[in-house]
Amino acid sequence: MSAQSSNWDRRSILRAAAGLAAAGSLAACGGNNGRGGGSGSGDDLVQYFHAYGEPGTEQAVRRYAKAYSKAGVTTQWITGSNFESKLFASLLTKQAPDVFEFHPQIQLVRSGQVADLTDIIEPVKDDFNRADIQSHTVDGKIYGVRMIDDPQFFFYRKSLLEKAGIQPPSTLDELIEAAARLTTDKVKGLFLGNDLHAVINPLIWSAGADTLDQKNQVAYHTDGVVEGLRKMRTLFTGGHLLLDAPADFWDPSALNQGLCAIQFCGMWAMPQFQQTLGDDLGIMPFPKVTDAGKPSVYNGGWSMFVNAKGGNVEAAKEYVKWLWIDQKKYQEDWATSYGFHIPPRTSIAGSAAKLKSGLPAEGVKLFNQYGHFDNIGWTQAMITATENVFADCVRKGGDPEAALDKCDGTVNAELKKLFG
Amino acid sequence: MSTTTTRDLASPTPAEATGARPRRGPRGSRTLSFWLFTSPFLVGLIVFVYVPIGWSLYLSFFEARFTVTPSEFTGLGNYREILSDSGFMGSLGTFTVFAAFIVPTTWALSLGLALLVDRLRFMRAFYRSVFFLPTACSYVAASLIWKMSLFNGVRFGLANTVIGWFGVDNVAWLANPDPPWYWLVIVTARLWLQSGFYMILFLAALQNIPPELYEAAAIDGAKPGWQTFRYITLPQLRATSTAVILLLLVAAYQAFDEFFNLLSKTTWGRPPLVELYYTALGQDQNYGKGSAGAVVLTVLICVVTLLQGRIMGFGRGEEAK
Repeated sequence: MSAQSSNWDRRSILRAAAGLAAAGSLAACGGNNGRGGGSGSGDDLVQYFHAYGEPGTEQAVRRYAKAYSKAGVTTQWITGSNFESKLFASLLTKQAPDVFEFHPQIQLVRSGQVADLTDIIEPVKDDFNRADIQSHTVDGKIYGVRMIDDPQFFFYRKSLLEKAGIQPPSTLDELIEAAARLTTDKVKGLFLGNDLHAVINPLIWSAGADTLDQKNQVAYHTDGVVEGLRKMRTLFTGGHLLLDAPADFWDPSALNQGLCAIQFCGMWAMPQFQQTLGDDLGIMPFPKVTDAGKPSVYNGGWSMFVNAKGGNVEAAKEYVKWLWIDQKKYQEDWATSYGFHIPPRTSIAGSAAKLKSGLPAEGVKLFNQYGHFDNIGWTQAMITATENVFADCVRKGGDPEAALDKCDGTVNAELKKLFG
Repeated sequence: MSTTTTRDLASPTPAEATGARPRRGPRGSRTLSFWLFTSPFLVGLIVFVYVPIGWSLYLSFFEARFTVTPSEFTGLGNYREILSDSGFMGSLGTFTVFAAFIVPTTWALSLGLALLVDRLRFMRAFYRSVFFLPTACSYVAASLIWKMSLFNGVRFGLANTVIGWFGVDNVAWLANPDPPWYWLVIVTARLWLQSGFYMILFLAALQNIPPELYEAAAIDGAKPGWQTFRYITLPQLRATSTAVILLLLVAAYQAFDEFFNLLSKTTWGRPPLVELYYTALGQDQNYGKGSAGAVVLTVLICVVTLLQGRIMGFGRGEEAK
């Protein structure tokens, strides 16, 4: 250091000053923590929503929040495909949301992340779909309020199937054959999403298996599932599957733009499909994989949770009670005015006119007849493990047994941590 | 230096009673200015680099899921877990393959571009800017363009349109790992983003080679073209080349954005940072295991950097010569 010249020249001072100025402006960025702008009185609450694709949804959520008088509620609308990692990361910080939407997963309960909501749900418990109560219950306590149920199934262009002279497939083999016969040089037969992960659970159920059994043990590792995985590999390599589409399975674009003849999607996109395709639209469940299996539909959906580690637990619970228990008008608006979702409240589902006839009514029928709900014991780590099975033996040509063995290792380690 | 300075400060020579305010000598203010000018950066370095490294070391010995203030000490458990994790070990392999390929390729391409631009008689500034411009583009934006318009799997994607002219079927560039076309997507994106910057470095170095050398070589009978390039240009670029290779290796170590954005939900093509991101910030928020991986990675990078310094002699000061 002593060898350095002690003379400051103008240039180096300027450089240092510019550096300081840059550091200063960076520090100023920290001021935007998403909490400003609350207009109500009392406590300020922050709620997290993933970005719904249907037009009007964001405005709706903000409108409901604005109507709440007891606290100012700020909405963070989280775009991008990795809502869960953004949510989990923010839950660790001071800027964590007080209220957030997610799926019921037991690790959130075990780690004390989500608050017990039994006292606000109990009075109206009987009005909820029983499966939706069960999937949010651990040791007799209810940890989340279901907002919407989202059955996922296939949408197809009736005209294209008729032209090819085929009936809606009732087995996986028929689906593979249909994909081949519907493929032309412009249109691919089938779209299951770019990574195919949306059909993992349906494949397991349609093969007569389940994710976990009643005792929370591995139930997906069966011969039927192995057979299903082999068939999926045939489908993947057959060249009749739409892959790397600009929009993924949850978006209606692929079928609407004529890129494919059959698309796996969800009830939420039904209005957009109907708007583009009119009557040239049919729906069907995931077909049975083996003779012993049954068709299946994944009844996904979103629930509201209260951050138990946040500073406003009581105020947050009150807000959740107000919006998702008391305000039935908003609940119906949320379920049927943008995308189509099935209201978990039986009283609302019974009066929702838009779901009473036509294709929406068929969707409700599939939901009731073939639906499988979330299992709270099936956590994100296990979901990722099964996604890796698909990646390894459907998209890559690995051995299904080996992939499932690897998955068992991860899932069993997880189960041991959660249930001992 | 500091000892003299302090003594001067502590016992200054008795000031003459001139009535003027005693002034601190230029030697005394040097320590102060040193701290004044370095402390903002030093504080930043400590808060944003050293504290996280230390914290991550601490976390790596704990069962830290969904928390960064854990209480359950697990000793070396996380290290055992991460070192037997085929995903993490595989990612180290992925990184090696990627670095072994991208470093020489970018080096050659940017040198080639620099040579071409250097030879231009007119519009040199234009081409220099055109090739440099992609450097200003973000990796995320570029990945999205590559994924959604250039290399999407539908018939109207640019790459599929081009191969369609030759009667080749549509290719699922990213979804299907067999054959591994995804490398083409990743490598072209990175080349497009990086080459321009290194081209500028090479261009500066090329313009620094004294023309007398070429004249002398021509007089000695060196043929223009390959011979001159091999024996004059390339040796003259040695210092720049070494620096460029080091910078490229650092950039390859940091590979994250395009892998993360182009290859979602895969079990392949994951460099270590992506793997650790999924471990620590993904679904099960395992900060303990993720930190153990980060420590392993840090140690590896230190070892590689030291070896590199040994082999290439980079960082040895003047005194070593």
